[in-house]
Amino acid sequence: MAIKAPKIDLRTSPYIRRAPSVPQIMRNVVYALIPLVIFSVIHFGISALALILMTTLSCVATEHLFCKLSAKKTTITDFSAVITGLLLAMTLPPGFPLWMGVIGGFVAIAMGKTLFGGIGFNVFNPALVGRAFLQAAFPVSITTWTPTQVADRFIDFIPSTLALPFMRPEETAQWTAQVATDGFTGATPLALMKFQQVITESSSLFFGSVTGSAGETSALLILLCGGYLIFRNMLDWRIPAAVIFGTAISAEFFHLIDPDAPRALFMILSGGLMFAAVFMASDMVASPITPVGIFVFGMVVGFLTVLIRLYGAMTEAVMYAILFGNAATPLIESFTQPKIYGARKK
Amino acid sequence: MYESPIENYRGLFLVNFLKFFGKKTFSHGIHPPEYKETHHKETRRLPFPSHVILPLAQSIGKPAVSVVHKGQQVERGELIAKADGFVSVPLYASVTGVVKETELVLTARGTREPAIIIETALSSGQRQLEGVQRDFETLSRQDLIKAVWDMGMVGLGGAAFPTHVKMSIPKDCKIHTVLVNGCECEPFLTTDHRVMLEQVHNLIRGITIALKCVDAPKAIIGIESNKQDVLEAIKPHLPSDGSITIEAVETKYPQGAEKMLATALLGVEIPSKGLPSEIGLAIFNVTTLAEIGRLLPRGQALIERIVTVTGDDLAKPGNYQVPLGTPLSHILDYAGFTGEEAELILGGPMMGMSAASLDVPTTKGTGGILVLDKRATKGDDIMPCIKCSLCLQACPINLNPSELGQLAAKRQYDVMEEKYNLNDCFDCGCCSYVCPSNIPLVQYFRIAKTLNRQRHQ
Repeated sequence: MAIKAPKIDLRTSPYIRRAPSVPQIMRNVVYALIPLVIFSVIHFGISALALILMTTLSCVATEHLFCKLSAKKTTITDFSAVITGLLLAMTLPPGFPLWMGVIGGFVAIAMGKTLFGGIGFNVFNPALVGRAFLQAAFPVSITTWTPTQVADRFIDFIPSTLALPFMRPEETAQWTAQVATDGFTGATPLALMKFQQVITESSSLFFGSVTGSAGETSALLILLCGGYLIFRNMLDWRIPAAVIFGTAISAEFFHLIDPDAPRALFMILSGGLMFAAVFMASDMVASPITPVGIFVFGMVVGFLTVLIRLYGAMTEAVMYAILFGNAATPLIESFTQPKIYGARKK
Repeated sequence: MYESPIENYRGLFLVNFLKFFGKKTFSHGIHPPEYKETHHKETRRLPFPSHVILPLAQSIGKPAVSVVHKGQQVERGELIAKADGFVSVPLYASVTGVVKETELVLTARGTREPAIIIETALSSGQRQLEGVQRDFETLSRQDLIKAVWDMGMVGLGGAAFPTHVKMSIPKDCKIHTVLVNGCECEPFLTTDHRVMLEQVHNLIRGITIALKCVDAPKAIIGIESNKQDVLEAIKPHLPSDGSITIEAVETKYPQGAEKMLATALLGVEIPSKGLPSEIGLAIFNVTTLAEIGRLLPRGQALIERIVTVTGDDLAKPGNYQVPLGTPLSHILDYAGFTGEEAELILGGPMMGMSAASLDVPTTKGTGGILVLDKRATKGDDIMPCIKCSLCLQACPINLNPSELGQLAAKRQYDVMEEKYNLNDCFDCGCCSYVCPSNIPLVQYFRIAKTLNRQRHQ
């Protein structure tokens, strides 16, 4: 034979693969979160930036540490820890003490992710595990909201941000009184709705000119960022759609029972709902994969969100609703397996 | 018409909805790049190799039984192995020469199987034996099927299922439509495309024979919409009575699977674990029918087939008429292969198999030889499943590959079969193709199915 025998490589079909790989998907989610980071920094200043950096660093360091402890190859290169850190920061008040943020990041990764076996095995969304822990541990700090667009926000830290570890953070009320120009009450739209029966204008909610957690205030921006991921085929649009739909239906249902309850539009645009629907509920690992299951999941999360918001003692409804939805995912999947091609009549 | 034994559900609703608006397709599937660079290359004959290796098992069913002995002179087209039972086909010499020996050889399946090796007498004219002329219009249905069996015909689309078995429709079934599968949805491969352009008359004759064999009134040729030239080439030659029509369906993988083609063309589903005949369909590959149309009237046998030779590091990629049993080395030599490291794939990139040696021969089911540069094919590491649900959205059978893959990792093969319909998987590989974690899902399923089969025996 004339040809030289090549070195032959053996694999199994298919021999062609479609991008993207998991690290590529995760990297793109990070890209999609960057506009939200920028918005929150413009909105809340250097305190928000410091908080975002600290939670992210904490998450990445924790993941690296646990990989080292279990003598595994480090998994921080897949960027999923970065996402957890960013998501966690986005759900915290901008003046949240940094040391608490670090603990939150540690808990999110350690107890929400590596404890279950790392990426792909977590039962709950790690960022929400971190936040739930912070909610329980630091109920005051996590509900202390600060005004937006403060004049010196890029130079001055919000006083509570720099609290020393394990020290009670400085009261922000005095600082807030100094910087706030127009009767800032320190209440988010949801708190206003819940405790003072004031419904904030939908347009302020949509464009984000209200107070709240760092990344949750502008529904428009969240939709644009989510739209990018959907466009790149890296986010399953059905999950956010199902959650938003579930919330809207439930809100209208409760509005029918009690006309004082807010309508669907307010429920969708206020609080962390939009952010949670697009970035939290859609955590691939912890949400259902069957088409019917995704719909059921969205309905459950939406219903629980509205229920907790209206009747619960707190306003952090979406978080608990999604954590519950995550826990129910294996159950939902077990009765929503897809019907196969050519399934015969029974 | 048949009453469908299928449970109606939303997937079929969508398919029929799109069909109403003129878009013929099926649910799910993928759109890989086509890479069909050889589609305009006319079929050329490959020079005869110095020897051919003819494995006795070239089709689904029992291997043929050798009827030659070492040192025997055989002529091109002479019977060298006879069928063993009904689901088995005879084998004919693809070159004139001397039978060297019968020994175990490495095949594309990765196993060693008995094969007849024939040393080519290069000095001879290599004329194929004249067969008994047959007038297909006067032959009875049974005689036609027997003739198809005698020529050693199998499905040339890749599955290599004996054609005469397929044509023997169960008594309680009445075929209303023959579907002629010209989709060729595998990337890179262009043999069906060339056959449809170059052998229109053989194809039409083959379809007429097939209609008679299964006693059906009409046939539809289904091609993918990326083969518009075929549409124009065939249309003028269709019989005026409208018994044969041609329709374009969406270019999508795996459109060439029987089930997907039936759904795209007619908006029906072939029942799970059932045959197309159950809903009145018979489905044949175009090249199979074109070869029947060419060979049956002459009474000759199947001894060669078109193979697409394509990929990296080839000076002369193209479509070649290759004698059965030609070793890979001969084909690559002729196609001007220059690579130093490569993956040699028999078949297409989605469902083909790697050859472990250059001595592996082509068989009746080999439609393509694909050479992939190792650098281009290097896979990433396998990561855990992140439950992105992309595989569920790709699976044309609507299985749950993610769940199946996790069960396979836990070796719960029986659960996969009983609860998650493992046996409906036909190895199309869409799930592996889309998996961002690089999990070799379809390979897990192949292993699981093989182990289950062994367990049931």
